[in-house]
Amino acid sequence: MLEVRNLSKHYGSKQALNQVSFSIGRGEAVGFLGMNGAGKSTTMNILTGYLSASDGDVLIDGVDILTDPLRAKTKIGYLPEQPPLYRDMTVQEYLSFVYDLKKAGKKAQARPRKEYLKGIMELTGIAGMENRIIRNLSKGYQQRVGLAQALVGDPEILILDEPTVGLDPAQIIEIRQLIRQLAQSRTVLLSSHILSEVQAVCGRIIILHQGRLVADGTTEELAGSLSDSRQIELEVEGDRRTIQENLKKIPQIVEVSHEEGNLWTVWLRDAQDSTDTAARRAIFRTMAQAGCVLLSMGRRRVSLEEVFLKLTSQPEPTDGDEPSRAEQDSHEKEEEGQNDDGNL
Amino acid sequence: MTAIYKREMRSYLTSPVGYVFLAVFYAISGYYFFATSLVGNTTDMSYVFSNLFSIVIFLVPMLTMRLFSEERRQKTEQALFTAPVRFTGIVMGKFLACLTMYLMGMGITLVYFLVLCAFRIPDAAVFFGNFLGLGLLGAALCAIGIFISSLTESQVIAAVGSLAIGLLLLFSNSFTPVVSNQLVSKLILNCSFYEHYLDFTRGLLNLADLTFFVSMTGLFLFLTVRHLERRRIS
Repeated sequence: MLEVRNLSKHYGSKQALNQVSFSIGRGEAVGFLGMNGAGKSTTMNILTGYLSASDGDVLIDGVDILTDPLRAKTKIGYLPEQPPLYRDMTVQEYLSFVYDLKKAGKKAQARPRKEYLKGIMELTGIAGMENRIIRNLSKGYQQRVGLAQALVGDPEILILDEPTVGLDPAQIIEIRQLIRQLAQSRTVLLSSHILSEVQAVCGRIIILHQGRLVADGTTEELAGSLSDSRQIELEVEGDRRTIQENLKKIPQIVEVSHEEGNLWTVWLRDAQDSTDTAARRAIFRTMAQAGCVLLSMGRRRVSLEEVFLKLTSQPEPTDGDEPSRAEQDSHEKEEEGQNDDGNL
Repeated sequence: MTAIYKREMRSYLTSPVGYVFLAVFYAISGYYFFATSLVGNTTDMSYVFSNLFSIVIFLVPMLTMRLFSEERRQKTEQALFTAPVRFTGIVMGKFLACLTMYLMGMGITLVYFLVLCAFRIPDAAVFFGNFLGLGLLGAALCAIGIFISSLTESQVIAAVGSLAIGLLLLFSNSFTPVVSNQLVSKLILNCSFYEHYLDFTRGLLNLADLTFFVSMTGLFLFLTVRHLERRRIS
């Protein structure tokens, strides 16, 4: 549906994007994650044809945005970081203008303008606001008008740049629900620097850092790719020293650390076979023999926060260097059995 | 293009800008009409037009200053430039809206013409020559203003910039005495708006003058489109 190949963008001598490639299938909801200045907005501006890339191609449903912008743009609905609202117009007037601008009336299955706009206003929860002047609306409602604007013309792809920024918590939840609802029938690309937001709405995450794509995959894949030292979390009742000594006897375990209360973390030796079943079995038996009660045992899950911080804590590449792309494919490591918590 | 034209017209007519422009235009032209034609007991309206000539330089930037700079400042241009519309369409929509407002202001001279008809029919050729000249001058000034507005985010800079360029082009013939080089002097004279406007006030329809104003308008609209395209790349 949307394909990006080797996208690069320079602002003067500053490289904002460096060889970014990804593709998004029909109906996917993808989150664009990155710190401020990572290149999220630049990428989105290029995808929507607002900026042009220094190098690389963008294909929207097979149509190149550079060679056939008019056709490509009809397939995209864009909500920029700051919603592009004419603040002196009423909601109805504004949406009607966008309707004309996008030539939505010329589409084959076009409904009458009034009915069409009413449908969109109902969908975005601004029905009843038709005659309010946009300037006087709250930020949450302005954001909804921005979303409504993006939806006019029934684009197959929605590109939303930080749609919840600057909203209060209640508004954030509402907008998120709305986006989730919209994502059911459309391809959605959403950017944010808030992890939980991306997690809440998108199945797949693309992480940008300093203009480079550092990760691309589902939440689980990303978390999995980073658990390089294999860890198991335990909850054991019993004497601390006994537990520690007994755990250390197990050959697969290289390190034992006590967290707090009954919680322990053990690090497993990197084994040839990727499963840790043998180790877990050994832990269970050892604990039982030592008379300690094993309350729970599970693989330690790396949270998305940790993934993000780890990926984005790399030092800035020195100017002129060709940055390595080794990180980029880290997600491709297949991680099996990610979520089967070994609770007893 | 029509969507943009309609929006701009609406914006002129729901904000004070359009009304202030029209009011000032009507007031000043009314005064000149009274002071030259009525008090002077003449049906020759050329005085009105030659005075209006310098007034429109000051008034047109009022119409053009916010056309692109405001879009850029409010980030609404992102909606325009990501919509399936050509830059040419956007620029033309705005230009035509601006020109419509200008013609609405200028149209008042038709009323003065009719007023004079009540006394005696004025020389129609002179009047329509003047009318056409003022219209073409306005179109060129609108195009210049739109171009300057596309260069900056600030309305004030856009207004002052287009005012300065307008003045420069209008009065460039006053530089000719201080330039000794014949060729440069001739070049400046030929670029002077006033020089080209003069023939219209005499009721002459000179193809060279017509071409001059039309191509000036075209040139600046073209530059605007090119500049917008250029900004996407940088």
